[in-house]
Amino acid sequence: MTEPRLSTDELRQLYRELILDHARQPRHFGALGNATHSAEGFNPLCGDKLRLYLRVSGDSEIADASFEGSGCAISVASASLLTDTVIGMSSEQALELTDALVCRLTGGRSAQSNAREPELGRLRALEGVREFPARVKCATLAWHALRSAVANDKSIASTE
Amino acid sequence: MSSLTGMRPGAAGTADVTACRADFPALAQDINGYPLVYLDSAASSQVPMAVIDEIARYQSHDHANVHRGVHTLSHRATEVYENARTALQRFINASRREEIVFTRGTTESINLVAQSFCRPKLRQGDRILITHLEHHSNIVPWQMVCEQTGAELVVAPIDDRGDVSPDSVVALMDERVRLLAVAHVSNALGTVLPVRELAAAAHARDITVLVDGAQAVPHMPVDVQALGADFYAFSGHKMFGPTGTGVLYGREELLDAMPPYQGGGDMILEVRFDGTTYNELPYKFEAGTPNISGAAGLAAAVAYLEAIGMNLIAEHERQLLDYLTNKLAEVEGIRLLGMAPVKASVQSFLLDDIHPHDLGTILDHQGVAIRTGHHCAMPVMDRFGIPGTARASLGLYNNRADVDALTAALEKAREIFG
Repeated sequence: MTEPRLSTDELRQLYRELILDHARQPRHFGALGNATHSAEGFNPLCGDKLRLYLRVSGDSEIADASFEGSGCAISVASASLLTDTVIGMSSEQALELTDALVCRLTGGRSAQSNAREPELGRLRALEGVREFPARVKCATLAWHALRSAVANDKSIASTE
Repeated sequence: MSSLTGMRPGAAGTADVTACRADFPALAQDINGYPLVYLDSAASSQVPMAVIDEIARYQSHDHANVHRGVHTLSHRATEVYENARTALQRFINASRREEIVFTRGTTESINLVAQSFCRPKLRQGDRILITHLEHHSNIVPWQMVCEQTGAELVVAPIDDRGDVSPDSVVALMDERVRLLAVAHVSNALGTVLPVRELAAAAHARDITVLVDGAQAVPHMPVDVQALGADFYAFSGHKMFGPTGTGVLYGREELLDAMPPYQGGGDMILEVRFDGTTYNELPYKFEAGTPNISGAAGLAAAVAYLEAIGMNLIAEHERQLLDYLTNKLAEVEGIRLLGMAPVKASVQSFLLDDIHPHDLGTILDHQGVAIRTGHHCAMPVMDRFGIPGTARASLGLYNNRADVDALTAALEKAREIFG
């Protein structure tokens, strides 16, 4: 029955400096006045709620992005990293990145062929949640909202 | 039948309640390599071996359908089920066993009253009075019946300590109020409400009183007649019994006058296509085959609690809650929520600016189980302007070592969040 005691290393993997930094000082925080797309993400399990804003230019480039709302360190850091990362991408690239990241965090297989799999770069800091199944949805919340925003889906993106 | 162990007389001649911990098999395990520290009994309590054994015994020997058939097993099952009703009647001091309606839990009990008692009675402009600290299950059923009838929901305030002043509730008891629905103990803040006083004031104005007792019954002696509750709702799974069990107590005169909640088998005397005669109390409200093994388990939980003694449990938990609150207050960066003068079992808190959800993960990592979030009491969170809290809640099996493990784990959280 006895299992080895977990060290705090795993916790430190989850709450890496990069995550804590973005949780404490989220980038691109606040409403975006001239947004062309926006969507709300809601995790009914914990009540985390955020709204993601995008300004998509004529040639479908994400010219600006921001978010507002409240949540745990993981969901806020994930939203902050998202906005930081997708600015300058095309919406298509952002969706591909979303697919790759969500698959990476949930352990599923990406719909993309491996050759085209986008680099996750520092989004890999979110990988710590893989050891904490109850927290995966915190990390994917903003990304679900991104999908809805790009699709201009007016319903609330839910993690459930 | 009880597997109650180690009831040792303490220095003051009282039994040592925490010795009962050994009766709960789930508590004797490691989580992530740490001994489990279970501080989430307000969400659901663990189950003693006596309850597990009784359910197994019933299923192994006595099971058949109740109130049907002449064969031996059906007779035994009926006896088990009806004995459970009598055990519950005695436990909360109802005057008649017919006043005990078995339900799936507190939520169903409250919905039953909303739909069978309130819905046929309420008219446009009538009012239902609740308080700001209610659990969603003592809010939403009333909102639904208000929508159905044109009645309105009126909410009595709580103060910054999470306390309910009787005056502020009584002030709202105008001639339009038909029902007062209040928690006995707040699940999010631990506040014990002055139910007896509120019920007396309500009755003086012809207002019916429903008490949500989900967080009271496992922690203190409850006497529904002394409290003056017209309806009293509670759940089995918070009082060391099985999930999917619960009770609605209602005064006979009120239950008698109410139409059935659901239609089906067992709730009828005679069914014809030109009209059906409903069964007598309490069967009128128990349509379909009931949770018989659940009732057997719940009765075993009642026997278990009675063997220890509810006064003893209440005193043990009062001392432990004091210890918990004082130990938490010593943790740097802590903010305690819910500091009403009379409390039971629950302490909510926040630590620095760490989100409760993050706190829950770090504590679980060290084997400490607490609840985090809004505790199904979102209006309470709005009242304090917070998204949620971390909540430690006690059961009879908790001890000071559990509290010490919690505070040690909180220090670790501060370390990680630097």
